[in-house]
Amino acid sequence: MRRGEPVVELHGITKRFPGVVANKDIELTVHRGTVHAIVGENGAGKSTLMKILYGVQQPDEGSIAVEGRVRQLKSPADAIEAGIGMVFQHFQLADNFTVLENVVLGAEGLHGIGDGARRKIKEISDAYGLDIEPDALVEHLGVGAQQRVEILKVLYRGARIIILDEPTAVLVPQEVDELFDNLRELKAEGLTVIFISHKLDEVLRVADAITVVRRGTTVAEVSPQDVSARDLAELMVGSELPSPSTEESTVTDVPLLTVEATSLENPLGGRPLLTDINLTIHSGEIVGIAGVEGNGQDELVEVIMGMREPTAGRILLGDVDTSTWQTREIREAGIGYIPADRHRHGLLLEAPLWENVILGHQTEPIYVTGPGGSLVNGSAARQETEAVVEQYDVRTPSINVTAGSLSGGNQQKLIIGREMRREPKVLVAAHPTRGVDVGAQAAIWDHIKQARRAGLGVLLISADLEELVGLSDTIHVILRGRLTGQFDPDSVTKEELGSAMTGATTEGAA
Amino acid sequence: MTRRFDLRRMGIALSAPVLAILVAVIVTSTILVVAGDPVGEVWGTILSVPRPRVIVAIINAAIVYYISAVAVAIGFRMNLFNIGVDGQYRIAAFAAAVVAGEGWLPGPLNILLGLVVAMLAGGLWAGIAGLLKVYRGVSEVISTIMLNAIATVLVAFLLRKAAPQTGSNIVSTQPIPEGSRVGGLPLIPGVSREVYGLVFLAVLIGVLYWFVLGKTRFGFDLRATGRSESAAVASGVKVKRMVLLSMILSGVVAGLVGMPLLFGQDYAYGTTFQPGLGFAGIAIALLGRNHPVGIVFAAFLWAFLDQQSNALQITAGVSDRLVLIIQGVIVLSVVIAYEVIRRLNVRIEQRRVAQALAEQAATVKEGAPA
Repeated sequence: MRRGEPVVELHGITKRFPGVVANKDIELTVHRGTVHAIVGENGAGKSTLMKILYGVQQPDEGSIAVEGRVRQLKSPADAIEAGIGMVFQHFQLADNFTVLENVVLGAEGLHGIGDGARRKIKEISDAYGLDIEPDALVEHLGVGAQQRVEILKVLYRGARIIILDEPTAVLVPQEVDELFDNLRELKAEGLTVIFISHKLDEVLRVADAITVVRRGTTVAEVSPQDVSARDLAELMVGSELPSPSTEESTVTDVPLLTVEATSLENPLGGRPLLTDINLTIHSGEIVGIAGVEGNGQDELVEVIMGMREPTAGRILLGDVDTSTWQTREIREAGIGYIPADRHRHGLLLEAPLWENVILGHQTEPIYVTGPGGSLVNGSAARQETEAVVEQYDVRTPSINVTAGSLSGGNQQKLIIGREMRREPKVLVAAHPTRGVDVGAQAAIWDHIKQARRAGLGVLLISADLEELVGLSDTIHVILRGRLTGQFDPDSVTKEELGSAMTGATTEGAA
Repeated sequence: MTRRFDLRRMGIALSAPVLAILVAVIVTSTILVVAGDPVGEVWGTILSVPRPRVIVAIINAAIVYYISAVAVAIGFRMNLFNIGVDGQYRIAAFAAAVVAGEGWLPGPLNILLGLVVAMLAGGLWAGIAGLLKVYRGVSEVISTIMLNAIATVLVAFLLRKAAPQTGSNIVSTQPIPEGSRVGGLPLIPGVSREVYGLVFLAVLIGVLYWFVLGKTRFGFDLRATGRSESAAVASGVKVKRMVLLSMILSGVVAGLVGMPLLFGQDYAYGTTFQPGLGFAGIAIALLGRNHPVGIVFAAFLWAFLDQQSNALQITAGVSDRLVLIIQGVIVLSVVIAYEVIRRLNVRIEQRRVAQALAEQAATVKEGAPA
């Protein structure tokens, strides 16, 4: 196809965080007047890459050239100045302001705040078919229109290159169509769009070029005409197949955790977050949940962990109904929990490691002392922490440093260790190896497999298909809050899983 | 290695209040110069060695400030901003004065009854704000400010009813019987003024505060919630219950703020009962970093400045209100300094840990996040 000159060229971009490399040798060339998609699994490094391009983070190595000029983007202001704008997944609009007020906020110097700005907004809206009324109140606009306001905000500030981060995540199908029409208008006018997504069918519909990011680096650039969604999925996940689980099945017929016809209404209205979930985890079984992020995985975990009460259905631990139990009772009953977001739900970042090891197990006999177990047993907690650090290879100079000073991988190992050391009956593990380097990943897998042989039941939620297929005894696919399919990990292909996850095969049913 | 860490951290932690006091001195001096007031004489007065009588006054003021600051600090540790200590201690002191004034129980038992009534009253008054927050999502900042105003009017109203009709201008509750007063301690020789006997109450509160927050499971849950509510929820802490409990606990301690005054000096609650102790407590808790020992120093500094500035009008011809500027600037700078230091600490520790690990393992595995 006809292509303009390169407007964004990234060469050898590398970004390290303590202990991990988030981006390594990124090569990316985006041409003027194209929609360039960047695809990759969650945690593949897409967002770090975009933060670098938008000046939020600085690369350790490599160069960025915008419209032929090599640039040092030290802040978003630099990026805007270079003509790069970003629309975030979560809108940054003030609901009680009008479109005009939102657009000029922070850019008052450009065209004033009155008629000049209003004229400019109309002009942009007409030029790109955005259909935005400057004096409308943002809270009266639908999600699609709010997104167009965000795009207009970026254009108003003079952007010629627009980064859209997962723009379709919040849209219904009709709105997605409208957005894609808008994107075509933008590129027809000579603007460039960088489109981040993991929804492969959408990427194939709208993109002119696709770059695949895997494990922090760019692995391929393909043209949508030449590839199928399957090819893309394979590129995203990597061709190397998981080491087939040669171990004998340890699945027993003793049910440990049973989720029965469980539903969860959305308190804000709209589609239920969970609908009629049925699931059984037996002793010695790992049940994997595959799904695109935001399809009800978090809610399923929160319902099981007692952080939310289901609106219908029952959850049984053994044969005891725990649906109305609170988190503490559920944890005391022997459910270990590895949260998806370790910073928000797993750790006290400003507390020392040994206090973090107590967290979630405050009432465990080993950590309490005194009358009625009302006191914290600090010395026992320190001993346990030493054991966790030792057994789970947490790299730290001391157990008295704060959890926040460890690298992400070591934080994760600390959490895994603290849960596994308590020998839970059931482990609810959400993305247990996210952000962990390859060596530690294998170690964590080994720990889980070992515990499974001893009878542990695991609910494994992961975005890493390799991990799911390699560890699970059964895989369920979750889509829009429903379990839409059950697969045998020994025979399923990644393509089958991928299309089930995106609803390609169950579109009608769901 | 750990010890070195701690020493360094302590050094940094101490530098913040010292820096804040320095800034306060500079700002205050600047104001004095601009206003044409005698800078040297002002500082000479404030920094002079206090006379024995003043030393007793400083100790007594610090005792009361300490209890107030601990009440505020309990909330702070949980990320609750209990501005209502002021209303809570006045309601509590009034209730205790009324009950103790009746003299239903003999001697020391009457004192104990007074303390219990004060704790109940303070806890209940703070509990209103706690309930509003838990069940209606009302910010405790707003509700406690409102409750302070209500407390003022309520106490004034009830005081009229409770006060014996004497015909005097001073409206006050029935005095506490002689046998139920707490005698002072002649700690400083050569002066007739004595240190409040209830200094032991302040010490006990300090020890309990340290013990409950630092050593008990309840304290662990409370601190966890203050550090990260989301992580606390995931760990099984019933956050609503914790909010209510810690608010009530804060109120219980707030209820005791007025007790050294009531049983050791005033023996009744009247219109002249010392106001504003709750707000001083907020500043002192901030300055003392919610630390049981840190608050001791902060309370003494506050009391020192208060008492030493009394003489300003006479010796330097400057209003003693100047001390409010000094205290205000100290609090403002200390809040900023602590935040700067906190961020600095986080960064330094991250770097240290990374460094220590790099030394341990010559080769660092490089891997992209999965």
